[in-house]
Amino acid sequence: MTLKLGIFYFLAAFTVWAAAVVVLGKNIVRAAVALIFGFCGMAALYVLLDAEFLAAVQVLIYVGGITILLLFAIMLTSRIGATTARVVNDQVILSAMAAVGLLVGLIYASTSGIPAMSGPPRLPETTPFLGRALLTTYALPFEAVSVLLLAAMVGAIILARKE
Amino acid sequence: MMTFASLVERFYAAMAAWGIPWIVPTLIVMVIVVSVVLAYISVAAMFMIWWERKISAHIQVRYGPMRVGGWHGWAQSIADGIKLLLKEDLIPAGADKVVFVLAPMVVFGATVAAYVTIPWAPGLIVRDLNIGILYMVSISSLVVVGIIMAGWSSNNKYATLGALRSAAQAVSYEVPLVLSLLGPVMIAGTMSMGKLVEAQSGRWFGVLPGWFVFPQIVAFLIYFTCALAECNRLPFDIPEAESELVAGFHVEYSGMRFAMFFLAEYANMFVVSAIATTVFLGGWHGPWIPLPGLPREVAHGLFGLVWFQVKCYFLIFVMMWLRWTLARLRVDQLMAFAWKVLLPISFANLIVTGLVLVLGKQALLYVGGIAILLLAAILLAARPAARTVRVGERT
Repeated sequence: MTLKLGIFYFLAAFTVWAAAVVVLGKNIVRAAVALIFGFCGMAALYVLLDAEFLAAVQVLIYVGGITILLLFAIMLTSRIGATTARVVNDQVILSAMAAVGLLVGLIYASTSGIPAMSGPPRLPETTPFLGRALLTTYALPFEAVSVLLLAAMVGAIILARKE
Repeated sequence: MMTFASLVERFYAAMAAWGIPWIVPTLIVMVIVVSVVLAYISVAAMFMIWWERKISAHIQVRYGPMRVGGWHGWAQSIADGIKLLLKEDLIPAGADKVVFVLAPMVVFGATVAAYVTIPWAPGLIVRDLNIGILYMVSISSLVVVGIIMAGWSSNNKYATLGALRSAAQAVSYEVPLVLSLLGPVMIAGTMSMGKLVEAQSGRWFGVLPGWFVFPQIVAFLIYFTCALAECNRLPFDIPEAESELVAGFHVEYSGMRFAMFFLAEYANMFVVSAIATTVFLGGWHGPWIPLPGLPREVAHGLFGLVWFQVKCYFLIFVMMWLRWTLARLRVDQLMAFAWKVLLPISFANLIVTGLVLVLGKQALLYVGGIAILLLAAILLAARPAARTVRVGERT
């Protein structure tokens, strides 16, 4: 158990470090590369939580798909040698409020506990369970998210095609 | 081999009896397994490089390497490897050093990580994860990240162009690749590599071996096409494209770092062939006989090991054959092919497979496969003939 805890702290520190590089790095491509490491750290944390399916999908979608598209977009838009991107914007008060609110919520949740955080259910295999849940109990939210993604895609195409 | 797992168990038990904490034997086993995998990758890659040179030579009516080592230049790859090891390691002045150094490691590491779930023989698998196939696909998608890192950090326009092309190609071809693997997964009802092979042990109609390639021929063809694209092999090698991009993303790499890219490319060819063998070609299944003087399981395991290798290397041979037969596709043709041809067909395959599974008639799988083939043929035939596009005209 202590070994698992040690691994957790190592992974958590690694993920936070990668996330810090993403947010604070001046070089935008390096930030994207750090984002990849952050996503991998998240996937490892999912494995530690017995959610292997989620971990594999995290790597497949976020690392293999989204970050690559991100890098693609960065390379196409800014000059390759651009290392002086502005990393801090002017919304200091708003973002500080959001950060403090999130922190308070997290502390409250992990000290007194909220119903949604009552530990993972013990399942021998999560994949069939996930599939069944998504197609029965949670079919409506699942479809709603699909429609949302479709709308986002159509919107992106309309924004991109200005002819 | 059943004895493999029991050997490890016995080792653990012996260590536990001596009062050594479990972490020590676990680490020892891990180090041994990784060493064996790395040794296999190096030897197999060197063999494949020599093999490819021989195949390309014979296709072009040449002999290829003949001198080093005596018999048909078998030591050529070893000589090349030593040469690459001794070469000076250059990092361009304008390069982003951290990312430049990290990139080959990411490519090689991602490739090696995929070997964890390859089912070599009955019971001989490093870790039979219950998301095995998904794990392999997702971990191999990290290779592209390394390629983009290499291309960008080199600070060279050819390398960056190669990286850009690689990104576009990888994102496009990953979608049909995953969709094509879903058909067999649906039939077998599992994503574990070991169980996928076991699900193919029967026979179709009592004659054909129970491999998924027969009901899922369309998925197999889609998978193989996408796998070629994932490996950056011709006709999908636009990220490297020697004749237009010099060498693409690894143009600035030299010495051992270049060798790592090269090694990873061949190791990756083996990974995609292993996935195809496991999912479509019945893995270790094949005719076998009990060997005299050996327990049944060991004989079965040895035959399984050989069958798996034979199937994998046959697929690798097909990849090399295609490389020296087909011409490189243009970038726009590549994209159009992925999104307009492969994606609809793989969705059709998925729908037909699901329908047949729900209706529950095994024979219908064949009807469905033929229907999809016909559909694909109609789709391809009904495409408007290629229009000549003038320079500067927008399509």
